[in-house]
Amino acid sequence: MLLENEAGALSRVSGLFSARAFNIESLSVAPTEDPTVSRLTLVTTGSDAIVEQITKQLNKLVDVIKVVDLNEYEHVEKELLLTKLIAEKKEDHETVKRLVDTFNGRIVDVTKNLYTIEITDTCEKIDAFITTLDDRLILEVVRSGVSAISLGDKAIQS
Amino acid sequence: MSKKKEILRGAEIFCRALKDEGVKHLFGYPGGAVLHIYDALYKQDDVEHILVRHEQGATHAADGYARATGKPGVVLVTSGPGATNAVTGIATAHMDSIPLVVFTGQVPRKMIGNDAFQEVDSIGITRPCVKHNFLVKDVKVLAETIKKAFYVATSGRPGPVVVDIPKDVTADSCSYEYPKNIDMRSYRPVIKGHPGQIKRASKLILSAKKPMIYSGGGVILGEASKELTKFTQILNYPITNTLMGLGAYPATDKQFVGMLGMHGTYEANMAMHNCDVLIAIGARFDDRVTGDLEKFCPYAKIIHIDVDPSSIAKNVPVDVPIVGDVKHVLKDLNEILKSEQDKLQVNKNELKSWWDKIHEWAKIDCLKYDRTSSVIKPQFVVEKLWELTKGDAYVTSDVGQHQMWAAQFYKFDKPRRWINSGGLGTMGFGLPAAMGVKLAFPNETVACITGEASLVMCIQELSTCLQYGTPVKIIILNNRYMGMVRQWQEFFYSGRYSHSYMEALPDFVKMAESYGHMGIRVEKSSGVENALKEALSMKDKTVIMDFITDQTENVYPMIASGKGHHEMHLSSERELA
Repeated sequence: MLLENEAGALSRVSGLFSARAFNIESLSVAPTEDPTVSRLTLVTTGSDAIVEQITKQLNKLVDVIKVVDLNEYEHVEKELLLTKLIAEKKEDHETVKRLVDTFNGRIVDVTKNLYTIEITDTCEKIDAFITTLDDRLILEVVRSGVSAISLGDKAIQS
Repeated sequence: MSKKKEILRGAEIFCRALKDEGVKHLFGYPGGAVLHIYDALYKQDDVEHILVRHEQGATHAADGYARATGKPGVVLVTSGPGATNAVTGIATAHMDSIPLVVFTGQVPRKMIGNDAFQEVDSIGITRPCVKHNFLVKDVKVLAETIKKAFYVATSGRPGPVVVDIPKDVTADSCSYEYPKNIDMRSYRPVIKGHPGQIKRASKLILSAKKPMIYSGGGVILGEASKELTKFTQILNYPITNTLMGLGAYPATDKQFVGMLGMHGTYEANMAMHNCDVLIAIGARFDDRVTGDLEKFCPYAKIIHIDVDPSSIAKNVPVDVPIVGDVKHVLKDLNEILKSEQDKLQVNKNELKSWWDKIHEWAKIDCLKYDRTSSVIKPQFVVEKLWELTKGDAYVTSDVGQHQMWAAQFYKFDKPRRWINSGGLGTMGFGLPAAMGVKLAFPNETVACITGEASLVMCIQELSTCLQYGTPVKIIILNNRYMGMVRQWQEFFYSGRYSHSYMEALPDFVKMAESYGHMGIRVEKSSGVENALKEALSMKDKTVIMDFITDQTENVYPMIASGKGHHEMHLSSERELA
């Protein structure tokens, strides 16, 4: 959705979800090319009726400029993962490099026994990457939440 | 050549903006954060400030004013406790979609977030119970923000808007210009209904064999009573109003079948249950109206007209939704229906058998009560008030049994006459609301039908009534119980009257006198009429009438929770099969 880039606008959105007992799975937000407009991608779950009600209630918020349910369009979803992995043993170094390769990731920083990794992919792929790793290797995980955009000629504009 | 703009301080901009907005009355209470504004108010006489005795009273009074006039109610309170005291009134207005603009003082900008004296996050606290709120961070946007606040509060589905103004903003200066129009890219309410949907609706309306019109507060808010009345009379269909919609259609007209819902009439609820086409207009399918949703209107196709898309299909799935201002949509529908008179003739006979059925249900006389009782029956008091005021008074109420009896027995023929807290159900609303109405209409009769428990929740406003000369008639249906709580305890908790008895009540006659008003106590039915006549004849006196009523009287008929419209409870003696 597009919303006015104003203090408090985000809390209206998150407050709506808690007040009406809707669920937020992930949320990512940043200004667009127009600095007065923020774009927010929110992942939620619910029956068709609940999603319809969520869409209507969001549209009713005075700070919200536009709401689109991207499930109604062909679209692409991406999430950014940043993670710090510990590599104490020699084979750990091999595992990390192999997995980063397999998942099309990138090593953004290395110390003697730490790798900082970046992966941009669907959240399912990122889930798969994390579950593949031995827990022992994971020091820190940061996920951005899903960002999404429709495919083709259509665009969400204010 | 453009006119040279004036340079004003924030506090002066506040006063000028209210003047330019056409505000006549401002309900408020001073405090540290709004002292600059109060100083500016002192130096002008365009806006009359009404000093309430508690900020809750300010919001309810402004709310009553708004409900009676259709204009926004305006409130000014200080930061911290001033703002929190106003919250109940803001939430009350929010639930009933009443346009209010509430200005709250705030601590100076550099102190926000530092737990300063009388600091509270007013924006955060009010966020879930306002249509929108604004924190004014720069005096340069103050005038524009005030314009936006009035625009948002009064357009689309109305509601309360809070404007939080830090003290230092009211001391800063800038050039003043009040915007003529406002365009907000993120807020453009829909006015006209979709023509295709209106056409579909008209076809369905004309195809009905057992139609029912169910209209709510939206018709009153949308000033669409005239259009609703025309619509209903072109069709000759039965109509019911919700608690919030009473007066939108004349209650004494033969097509009106009474209020619906939990304490609605038997005929209205049975017609809801059995109808084949339900036309919902400016109503929101509230749980007190629908009863058990599983059993709601099982045979009906539903048309729903509402200005707020989120009201449509929220509780009940709808066959033909129409988003739009009810006045515009009804006008469009009336145009179509006029040109389709021939189709109307066709179902005249079918309609007659539907009306016969409704008249049969009405014969049960579900609002029957003992009119011969020497102990005062609360219904009797309301009926007498209706007779003596010729059904033309403004009536406010609090919440509980007396509210339901007022709704059932005062037959409102005009919109904006019935003023009550339907959604939030706020005790303490009635007296300050009546005061607000009386300020707007000093020559009209304003009565507050209340209970001894509700009245004392905002009793301090009796002082305000004296100070500003707003002579309202307060009718206490005094049963020495929180009546509706007692009723539920009798029905559902085996008569364990846990904390619902009003011990140690004040002497209301002396209380009235101590506030400089008139008090009358009435203990027998035979005294009711004379007491009301006497009170109504004292045009310039606020009168508290303390009617000592039957303690055991319950509000009937009733749909218990979990039941459907067809499962009404008529009275303790009368049950339905």
